[in-house]
Amino acid sequence: MKAGRFWSWVVFALGAAYFFIPLIATVEFSMRMRRGVYSFDAYKVVLGDARFQATFGYSVLAAIFTIILGVLIVVPAAYWIRLRLPQLRPVVEFITLLPLVIPAIVIVFGYIRMYGSNSPLPFLATDTGTNALLVIGYATLALPYMYRAVDTGLRTIDVRTLTEAAQILGAGWGTIITRVILPNVLIAVLSGAFLTFAIVIGEFTMASLLNRPAFGPYLQNIGANRAYEPAALAIIAFAITWGCMSLIQILSRFAPKSANRPN
Amino acid sequence: MADPFLSIQHVRKSFGATTVVEDFNLDVERGEFVSFLGPSGCGKTTVLRMVAGFEEPSAGKIVVGGKDITRLKPNQRNVGMVFQAYALFPNLTVAQNIGFGLKVAGMSKADIDVRVAEMLGIIKLPQMADRYPYQLSGGQQQRIALARAIAPKPKLLLLDEPLSALDAKVRVSLREEIRSIQKKLGITTIFVTHDQEEALSISDRIAVMYGGKAEQVGTPFEIYNRPATKFVANFVGTLNVLEGTVTDAASGKVRVNSEEVLLKGKLNGSKSGDTLSLALRPEAISLGRQPGRDSSLSGEISEVHFLGSVIRVRVGIGGNTVSLDTFNSPATPPPAVGEKAEISFSSSDMLVLH
Ligand SMILES: Nc1ncnc2c1ncn2[C@@H]1O[C@H](COP(=O)(O)OP(=O)(O)OP(=O)(O)O)[C@@H](O)[C@H]1O
Ligand SMILES: [Mg+2]
Repeated sequence: MKAGRFWSWVVFALGAAYFFIPLIATVEFSMRMRRGVYSFDAYKVVLGDARFQATFGYSVLAAIFTIILGVLIVVPAAYWIRLRLPQLRPVVEFITLLPLVIPAIVIVFGYIRMYGSNSPLPFLATDTGTNALLVIGYATLALPYMYRAVDTGLRTIDVRTLTEAAQILGAGWGTIITRVILPNVLIAVLSGAFLTFAIVIGEFTMASLLNRPAFGPYLQNIGANRAYEPAALAIIAFAITWGCMSLIQILSRFAPKSANRPN
Repeated sequence: MADPFLSIQHVRKSFGATTVVEDFNLDVERGEFVSFLGPSGCGKTTVLRMVAGFEEPSAGKIVVGGKDITRLKPNQRNVGMVFQAYALFPNLTVAQNIGFGLKVAGMSKADIDVRVAEMLGIIKLPQMADRYPYQLSGGQQQRIALARAIAPKPKLLLLDEPLSALDAKVRVSLREEIRSIQKKLGITTIFVTHDQEEALSISDRIAVMYGGKAEQVGTPFEIYNRPATKFVANFVGTLNVLEGTVTDAASGKVRVNSEEVLLKGKLNGSKSGDTLSLALRPEAISLGRQPGRDSSLSGEISEVHFLGSVIRVRVGIGGNTVSLDTFNSPATPPPAVGEKAEISFSSSDMLVLH
């Protein structure tokens, strides 16, 4: 077994190196703005940039709206499919995977053609409309992650029996969703929310083609024109994403434990 | 029964083209404990779910306390239910679980606390109020589920195989506890099971179901001793079946393996020459001639199982085998395989299966 152990460590080391070397190199490079010494100058420049603040704020707001929209659509849909339409599950799962297969650029071109200023639904005629369209597009992009997270959460509870137990005790749909279903899948919903946040913060294609002042296009713009700042930005973006992932991990510790263990 | 509390009338249920419950009728008195007993897939759960309101009957009517509830939603019925899979809310404590129905009904916090404490006392788990379901054993979870179901004082209590996920010992003690709580509260109860011993031991009456119909409804004593159909006779308890031929229908003579038994008034309508299935419970048979037993058959001992206080003996009679239990007596050794033996019984205990 010793040889097997050795090789598994080698593979692990290679994987870790593949992951960490570029990261360390980027960190190192981002700190070399001042000649001769390591400093956080690049970070200071980036964080002090008004455009950074504006675009980051815009994307955070877009992410929040996307999460709200996603939760409102996905939670009731996934719940209802588990409860009443289980035969539809494969179909819905396939549909939720489509955004992974269809490039965002195709979706945006579709939007631009369908919702142009002289179409029956002129979303793109106003700023608010365009922002709304961006959020809708983001919700689509996040759908595979959101749906899977919520569906996994629902799988850990016996949706049908819990629903029936609540119904026979006199509860209506509102009570069932808010007091029985949502609390039991809250952690799953939050992990879906953080994944959505991570996707939206760095998204470029949609924001750029819809000409929105979002963080993605700003990143791209800086990347094309500066040396040290893009490295600092990449590290910041990375930290945000990892922060989200760690929060998911921490929160999942608080998930209600399943009571149905065999005895 | 002048005024049944629960009345299930001509209820039918089809899923698409398949009919799973057919012309089901049952009247249950206030405070009665009725079990549905039957093999898997016979429609017990389906009938129970129609009473609860989770399924709508394709035809027929369900009346509770004089009110037709057939089309009422489950949350408007004021019925309590205990599920096989416990179904406690995992995110709520024991006390919150028990109080769920009370809170939904709009009871004040103080009143809920009082009622929850009372319920915890009834199920004898007063110290468990702040635990979460995952911290409880299966038996404890099922007691909490029972407390949750009866806390809002429902008109009916429905239990769908509540004990089948528990181990044998807990099953027996909990079924007795359920029965005693039910008696104390006087709550009309339907209990679904496919365990005959469970049904026989705790029910006021049993509805034996088969193929979506109630084959027989009666007290445990009636069901066991006077099964109305072949299915009931076979499903409930152990039966020894003997093939017989009617030799003289008028006087009730039946030939079993070249000997004759007299079955007066039991042949209803059989003609001479007909073959019949005759059945005997093991406890109605004794080994050797006994006073007070009017019939006997001879055969040969084919198996002997010493089980401690009882000895189970199987006796071959022609092509049939009959099993019977005798009590162990330290003074006499058990019979040996191959010995000739005679069995005796009262012809009135013999069931003629049509
Ligand atoms: N929703 C449904 N759609 C189609 N068929 C169903 C549905 N529910 C139950 N059935 C069928 O109805 C029949 C009776 O089911 P039911 O659950 O009432 O049986 P049961 O007597 O409770 O059995 P068990 O002891 O296994 O629980 C079964 O053959 C089952 O396949
Ligand atoms: Mg069942």
